Amino acid sequence: MEKTVALQMRGITKKFGHVTANHNVDLDVYQGEILAILGENGCGKTTLMNMIAGIYFPDEGKIIMNGEEVVIRSPKDAFDHRIGMIHQHFKLVDLFTAAENIVLGVREDDGYDLKNVNNRVSVIAEKYGFNIDPKKKVYDMSVSEKQTVEIIKVLYRGADILILDEPTAVLTPQEIEKLFNVLRRMKADGKSIIIITHKLNEVLEVSDRVAILRKGEHIATVNTGETNEGVLTEMMVGKKVSLNIDRTVPVDPCPRLEVKNLNCVNEEGVKVLKNVSFTANGGEILGIAGIAGSGQRELLEAISGLQVLENGEIIFHNPKKDKPVTFFHKSMKKVIELGKQGAFHDTKGNPVSFDGMHTSRIRKFVESGEVLFNDDETVSLRDKTPLQIRELGVRLSFVPEDRLGMGLVGSMGITDNMMLRSYRKGPAGFLDRKKPKALADEIISSLEVVTPGTNTPVRRLSGGNVQKVLVGREIAFTPKVLMAAYPVRGLDINSSYTIYHLLNKQKENGVAVIFVGEDLDVLLELCDRILVMNSGAVTGIVDARTATKEEIGLLMTKTDLNGKEKAE
Amino acid sequence: MNSVKSNSTREPLVHLSKRVEISPVKAWLIRIAAFIVGMIVCGLVAIALTEKLQQNPEKIADFYNCFIRGSFSTTRKLWKYLRSTAILLCISLALTPAFRMRFWNIGAEGQTLVGVLSAIAVDFYLGGKIPEWALLLLMLFAGLICGAVWGLIPALFKAKWNTNETLFTLMLNYVATYLVTWCIIKWVPNGSMSLGKLKTGKLPAVVNDYLLIILVAVTLTVGLYIYLNYSKHGYEISVVGESENTARYVGISVKKVIIRTMILSGALCGLAGFLIASGLDQSVTTESVGGQGFTAIMVSWLAKFDPIAMVLTSALVSMLNQGAAQISQDFGISGALPDVVVGIILFFIIASEFFINYEIRFRKTDRNVKEVKA
Repeated sequence: MEKTVALQMRGITKKFGHVTANHNVDLDVYQGEILAILGENGCGKTTLMNMIAGIYFPDEGKIIMNGEEVVIRSPKDAFDHRIGMIHQHFKLVDLFTAAENIVLGVREDDGYDLKNVNNRVSVIAEKYGFNIDPKKKVYDMSVSEKQTVEIIKVLYRGADILILDEPTAVLTPQEIEKLFNVLRRMKADGKSIIIITHKLNEVLEVSDRVAILRKGEHIATVNTGETNEGVLTEMMVGKKVSLNIDRTVPVDPCPRLEVKNLNCVNEEGVKVLKNVSFTANGGEILGIAGIAGSGQRELLEAISGLQVLENGEIIFHNPKKDKPVTFFHKSMKKVIELGKQGAFHDTKGNPVSFDGMHTSRIRKFVESGEVLFNDDETVSLRDKTPLQIRELGVRLSFVPEDRLGMGLVGSMGITDNMMLRSYRKGPAGFLDRKKPKALADEIISSLEVVTPGTNTPVRRLSGGNVQKVLVGREIAFTPKVLMAAYPVRGLDINSSYTIYHLLNKQKENGVAVIFVGEDLDVLLELCDRILVMNSGAVTGIVDARTATKEEIGLLMTKTDLNGKEKAE
Repeated sequence: MNSVKSNSTREPLVHLSKRVEISPVKAWLIRIAAFIVGMIVCGLVAIALTEKLQQNPEKIADFYNCFIRGSFSTTRKLWKYLRSTAILLCISLALTPAFRMRFWNIGAEGQTLVGVLSAIAVDFYLGGKIPEWALLLLMLFAGLICGAVWGLIPALFKAKWNTNETLFTLMLNYVATYLVTWCIIKWVPNGSMSLGKLKTGKLPAVVNDYLLIILVAVTLTVGLYIYLNYSKHGYEISVVGESENTARYVGISVKKVIIRTMILSGALCGLAGFLIASGLDQSVTTESVGGQGFTAIMVSWLAKFDPIAMVLTSALVSMLNQGAAQISQDFGISGALPDVVVGIILFFIIASEFFINYEIRFRKTDRNVKEVKA
């Protein structure tokens, strides 16, 4: 069957400063097809589509529709040409209903009649198989419902070419399946669907053709039926990549971090954590899955002392049994107090209580390394600030989701960012930049960070390099617990694998790794156990070696569990 | 991106694009160009507004010359120029730690004024009763403490209830002004509303009356440069300024840093107030600071909060002010015109930052590739 061309791009180039986002791209879009735009983060997929949608204007090249060159300078121009884009970050008014959002900005010939709008929305929904209540307010909606509103908004304006930017990033496997069915129905109706994605399995599942972009250039467009994952990856990255993560069997895992019945309310008074309980073991990667905003961030922040808890316990197990006491993390006062409580023994196994000993003798005794702990130490992290946690000698590292807004200081260089955790050490009053500089150099060379120098503001580095700096610093403090929130978000494939490798190495060193991820395939490949969250509650903990994506997907939307059930 | 609308379906006429980087030479060329354009516009405005210039257009050279003569024509003028630069620099430096923390303290006027007031209050009550050196020391402490308190009040409210520091510090300026009025009414019962020059509490002359103040400003510049760039406090200020979340993440107490820094900022304003009180006036009026607390905001900003660069920006702004005074003297114009002139030049200098940060690109007929940043 000969297909009709809906839109052509010819020689499209777009530059941002010195960065070429798109270079000389030619692309055809046919009627009644699903075209996937595949490429790594930062390869210019979204920029290219934004030029069709009227967000950017190309520096060079032309867009041709029906044999004529068209000029698209604004989203309104795009709509006039029947092109609509559903952006990755939704652009909806929270306080409005679905219908109000859909009609917003449309000039109706017969005046503004909401009833009429509601009817038309229902007709569109029925036609393509959407579930939507036009009168529902956006703030009451799930992410998937909001996406539906965005899609209908575009259809309502009569779009024949729909562009969806990373539509599956925030959806569960079940919701993705539903979305794909809708897309297939729209295709059958003769619409052109373009989906921007970097997920190979989705490309293979839903698209008819795939256009691969790499570093802003159009590499090839292939028919989906004639290709496979390996070929696509190679075209995306430019070289052969092994997509395997080595998962070792945990070596005698022992409880390291215990969270019990954690409850937490955010600043707006909304309950963000509900009765969360779990144990993270040393030598194991515990994955956390869930729809974005299900409490993952709050959970990690609560553990690291950045959230005020309503109730619950966070207990850190310090493996100190038969290990010497030091003054590194304990004050003399604390050591004497613990001695009185009978926490120590000497090398021969006799109890040590320091009774009647002078402090100078105690000091000598302890420094000789002959005073040993009877048991592992447990430290409660509840209601402690990050600084207090550090002062208690709890080596807890945290790679937050917001790298430049929380983990690093964007305007500072790598050296000054290394100091964030350690600047308090050293002579009073003034900063010691020698050690941080050495650490910066070490991280740059060992993790292959690309940067002009140690003083270049980290804001100017690429996403992958920023993340290497942050993870490198957090690992440099030889943590016992390492928490990472979305550590590969926005990273290219090679950087992602560097990060997975680093996490695996920490696990092998006996660190309890907690990994919050969004890609279920990766979670299933990398982690030992996966904890699934929904609306702030734990809906299940599964064995990552046996669980399936569908199983996790169901847990991601499961409710009424009060977070108490565990499926170990 | 599309800033100009036209009905034709063509590429938009003007693109605004943010620059990624700009070479320092190019940036300075833009600034100098802006300064020159500002000067030309000033001249045109001056011709339009003054009869003397309209009758003798050749006098425009004299007009421009005023900016040089105002500061450099005699040794005395030079010293005066240096001293006024030093005072302005002190206040600008005082604001800088707060600005680095993104705490928009626009209350330097009030903080400096309470510094003047408290120093003069000490002088008024104790002058002649205790040795001069003790008096000066007390005046200094009074200035530092009262300035610090004036800085501390908004900091406490900000830390505790997250009040808007801009409005808060602004309002405290008025409180300071009326406090001065109240004190003068109390101290001068005859209703003349003028305190007159006190005979005590005068800063000792080092070589002359000017040098000591200049030395204080130099010391403060170096000290603050070291404090901001090499001390732990300075580091904390930068972290809090960049992102409060990062500060919390590494366990820096944001409240503590805000309060500590505003005490410092206020105390340094108080120091400047003490210098004005003992080095210049030995008196206080509501106009003792004369708007320098506001000018200092711009001086600090123009220097991008770098104490060393602030020496240059305060020297420039001070020179413009002296020039304006000279214009009003030479051309017999009293009132606002000299201020208008200074305002226009500063406007152009500040506006030049826009052209340093952004590039304006017009529609090309040949569609050549050019760099664009969205």
